[in-house]
Amino acid sequence: MSALLEIREASKAFGGVQAVTRVSLETQKGEILSVIGPNGAGKTTILNMISGFYHPDTGRIVLEGRDITDLAPSRIAELGIARTFQNIALFRGMTVLDNLLLGRHVHMKTGVLSAFAYWGLAQKEEVAHRKRVEEIIDFLRIQDLRRRPTGSLAYGLQKRVELGRALALDPKILLLDEPMGGCNHEEKEDMARFVLDVNEEWGVTVILIEHDMGVVMGISDRVAVLDMGQKIAEGTPDEVRANPRVIKAYLGETKIDASGGSGG
Amino acid sequence: MITTDRRSRRDSLQGAGQFKTTYGADQAVFPVAQDRVVVAAAVVAAFVVPPPVASDYWLQAVLIPFLVYALAAIGLNLLTGYAGQLSLGTGGFMAVGAYSAFKLATAFPHLNILVVFVLSGLVAAAVGLFFGIPSLRIKGFYLAVATLASQFFLVWLFNKVAWFTNYASSGTITAPDRTLFGVVITGPNSTAAARYLLALGLVAVFAVIAKNLVRGRVGRAWMAIRDRDIAAEIIGVRPLRTKLLAFGISSFYCGVAGAGLVFLYLGSAETLAFDISISFLVLFMVIIGGLGSILGSFLGAAFIVLMPIVLANAPHAIGLRLPVALQKQIELMVFGGLIIFFLIVEPRGLARLWQITKEKLRLWPFPH
Repeated sequence: MSALLEIREASKAFGGVQAVTRVSLETQKGEILSVIGPNGAGKTTILNMISGFYHPDTGRIVLEGRDITDLAPSRIAELGIARTFQNIALFRGMTVLDNLLLGRHVHMKTGVLSAFAYWGLAQKEEVAHRKRVEEIIDFLRIQDLRRRPTGSLAYGLQKRVELGRALALDPKILLLDEPMGGCNHEEKEDMARFVLDVNEEWGVTVILIEHDMGVVMGISDRVAVLDMGQKIAEGTPDEVRANPRVIKAYLGETKIDASGGSGG
Repeated sequence: MITTDRRSRRDSLQGAGQFKTTYGADQAVFPVAQDRVVVAAAVVAAFVVPPPVASDYWLQAVLIPFLVYALAAIGLNLLTGYAGQLSLGTGGFMAVGAYSAFKLATAFPHLNILVVFVLSGLVAAAVGLFFGIPSLRIKGFYLAVATLASQFFLVWLFNKVAWFTNYASSGTITAPDRTLFGVVITGPNSTAAARYLLALGLVAVFAVIAKNLVRGRVGRAWMAIRDRDIAAEIIGVRPLRTKLLAFGISSFYCGVAGAGLVFLYLGSAETLAFDISISFLVLFMVIIGGLGSILGSFLGAAFIVLMPIVLANAPHAIGLRLPVALQKQIELMVFGGLIIFFLIVEPRGLARLWQITKEKLRLWPFPH
């Protein structure tokens, strides 16, 4: 079986700092792949390369056999890759409903001319997409927040709405950058449940960056470990947990090394 | 989806006791029935009442400029309020509309005046698209400075190139007499009532179109770019296309408003009528009225056009006799003071104040 998304030997440097060095990574359709590693390991850089914010200096990124290395972020979204951000990037002035409807943007066709006369094509389209958005609102259990501006929501709920906006794209691949960062225990549990449901019920492939090892080991099909911009291990959660290089990256060597695990 | 529907109904129950049973109804411009009735009545009244009732002074000096500026304010609000692109080029784009209308109307005397207005808007849209290109690289105040360049360049161009004024020695353009449905509707021989009705018709149609634009896919994409451009890109909004579209459509509105300024309000004008102060004036209307609100564009235009007239007549009305020069000074001071007052009371503009008032009235007299 060929991979859904393939990163081939991608490298990216910022000035003199080598953020990612020749990292190769494959995602199979339908899996949850977690990318872990200490702070500064290059995890977010990899997501940014997939979603088109950065273009790798060398190496390719291939989606379903198609080279997407040099495409703009909006084009990559149209191809079915959605993501959330580490530090929440919602449209704060707009309501939850509008945020989610924006997630439908790539599926909507109304141009300027058909929008002039709203009654007709445009309205039909709005209502059709509203239906899909309502399904997501139900799924995430945020019915009571529809008309609230997202800026006024609690942090955990903002994370949930951002997930909803990404889901509204009906993505093939969902990139989640620390969806549980800064959340309390209950919020983490909810989020983990949503990710699992999205994966199992809707068949969405998930690439997850997360620091909470309990969550990562609990929900991932496979785990890739980065350290200093390089992939040092990859495998099932059990394999990774037992890998001596991973233990070294996270806990330091047996002689006590204070500069070691900051990520756990 | 019965459950969803029920929830959505409950959600839209905002104290008014009107239930929505379809998403279409829930997404209507005026979801509350009283609103629909009042607005419809106001629009009909605007068409029917002033022409026979209002004096020429009221039509010519108050209502027509209000409508023309409201149209320009809607245009700028689409660009600055909705798409978040700060522009100081409004006067320039209005000039493009005005001079295009003049050239088209004089070169093709038989062309329907409505067609002239729309074509002038399209010319302005093309110019606006061109001057919108820098917005891809620069944002905020820096973009404002870049649009300032278009303002100065366009006014300079119409000043320097005599072709635009048909080589008139005075350098002014004058609206020719044109008829619509057999009525003289522009030019020296038109009545104020006829020009008022044309202005009102244009504004009504374009306001509806603007509302339709901003409540659908196009408007949401604009607001996405405004609120968080990186997140907009990640969900598939193309920044280039979206920003240029905003510049194009905004300039179209400003262009039609510029044509209206000469053909329906001033009658004749030179480039001075479109200088930088107009750009600021329209920007103030948008800020005071409410960024990102079509209604706010009207309220802002009304405030800026009407307030000086009210202030000019107020001392006389309360029996105060002041020297003319002193009164003029006081007028300016009070006007400035009022602007600051309203911005402090509600930075999000008069439209927001109106909304808050309405929400309070809805629950009045039982606020709990």
